[in-house]
Amino acid sequence: MILKNPLATIESLSTFARIFVDRQMKIVSMSIIKLLAFTLLVVFSTSLSFASGGSSTEKEFNVGEMIMHHIKDAHEWHLWGPEHGGTSIYLPVILMDEGMKVFSSKNLYHGELATAIDHKTHQSVTYYKGSGSAEGYGMFHEKIYKLNNGELSFEDGHVHGNAKVFDFSITKNVLSLFFGAAIILAMMLTVAGYYKKNGAVAPKGLAKFMEPIIVMVRDDIAKANIDKHKYHKYVPYLTTIFFFIWLNNMLGLVPILPGGANLTGNITVTLFLAVCTLLVTVFSANKNYWSHIFATPGVPKLLLPIMIPIEIVGIFTKPFALMIRLFANITAGHIIVLALISIIFINKNAAWGMLSVPMALFISVLELLVAFLQAYLFAMLSSLFIGAAVEEAHH
Amino acid sequence: MDLILPDLGLLFWTGIVFCTLLFILTKFAWKPILGAVNAREQKISEALELAEKTKAEMKALQSENENLLKEARAQRDSMLKDAKNAADKLIEESKDKAKLEADKIVTAAKEAIKNEKLQAMSELKTHVAGLSLAIAEKIIRGELSSDEKQKALAEKMAEDINMN
Repeated sequence: MILKNPLATIESLSTFARIFVDRQMKIVSMSIIKLLAFTLLVVFSTSLSFASGGSSTEKEFNVGEMIMHHIKDAHEWHLWGPEHGGTSIYLPVILMDEGMKVFSSKNLYHGELATAIDHKTHQSVTYYKGSGSAEGYGMFHEKIYKLNNGELSFEDGHVHGNAKVFDFSITKNVLSLFFGAAIILAMMLTVAGYYKKNGAVAPKGLAKFMEPIIVMVRDDIAKANIDKHKYHKYVPYLTTIFFFIWLNNMLGLVPILPGGANLTGNITVTLFLAVCTLLVTVFSANKNYWSHIFATPGVPKLLLPIMIPIEIVGIFTKPFALMIRLFANITAGHIIVLALISIIFINKNAAWGMLSVPMALFISVLELLVAFLQAYLFAMLSSLFIGAAVEEAHH
Repeated sequence: MDLILPDLGLLFWTGIVFCTLLFILTKFAWKPILGAVNAREQKISEALELAEKTKAEMKALQSENENLLKEARAQRDSMLKDAKNAADKLIEESKDKAKLEADKIVTAAKEAIKNEKLQAMSELKTHVAGLSLAIAEKIIRGELSSDEKQKALAEKMAEDINMN
């Protein structure tokens, strides 16, 4: 029964495990033998309960599928219960298909669970067929397509021949994005309000907490890398990007609403942020920067045909690396935590929580550091690129 | 594969949210916050500068005070010296004057005594002369009381004149 709703069980188990870890902390003074005896007892009792409650008809638990499902975007915010028919918050779907169409994703998830035969692999594929206001649309792997003759057709595991519609839905990531932005706004406007009210005084409360971080971005990130006469202009961008990434990274680590979405580990978001940095860099670049690209000083003229393409590629590889770094780090963090928790479900024994929960806890704490580090790195490297673009020639 | 493929809808929302966030934060958060922080930093550095300046001023004032004190002391000393000199001079002068006066008095007294003495002497002389005359008269009277005696006297006188 437990295995039917892995996500919900993960959450409840992790809460249980945290309480359990707390208890473990308290009984550290107990002798190791006592602890071992206790462990054996738990293993034994839980094995028994599994043996009695287990059923042979359960679907095999697929860790990879579960993890991939979690780290990708969705049109619902799954809370608990089985994947189909569990408790979810159904988010609004907004489609651009001959005008704007808005309906609840419930019409897709609770529509018909249709089966089609793949034209190439001849395997059966299941997808959601919309009902009610979602009539005429089908959803496969969270992508919405237009139905042809009331069905989707597949080739090599992909939808083939059906038109993809422009999907501007408020997905899980979009909602998480709203939460993140709301939290940042609430915090920063509070801090700003404090200064507006009290003037240039020593900070207190939230302002006291935020000020060193803002000053760190200004001094250690912006001032340290950008010409001291020009850095002022870029401080708002760098602080915004830093707090945006940091807060959304941390929000992703919270297992329950409003957290848990893999926003900063989504390639679209990191792509957007990287493009922002690219645009800021390119549009603030001065003559010196372009001359280094098109006529690198000290390089023989004959080498320029090789150098220019390399330098042009270089303009794009830098933000590209930013994009991949943030995406990979955050996604990897989510995958590791989920994989460690999945140990319990792979072994079908809650006692494995003794191993997997401390490990997941350790990784979660590490991820807190990574959340800060990646935000810092993104802002730092952005600042470095901007700094290089506005640097004056000094030979 | 769709894990590494960007999604148009999310891109759209990310763009809107991030740009709005950037705008609102820049205008209503970073500007006042950094403004306040900068103002405070300036205030602190100004206060430190002022403290340094005040310290230097205090030091200057102290040395000035010392100089002033030294000067005052010197002035006082010189004034005391002057006063003493003046007093000494005054004493000396009065001493001289007194001496002069005393000398004058003594001289006057001496003169007066001399005069008195001279007067007394002349008086005495007159008196003595008168006395002598009286005595002489008496004696002469006695001498001339008889003829013999007159005769003897006349002889004697004549003798004296002769002898002369």
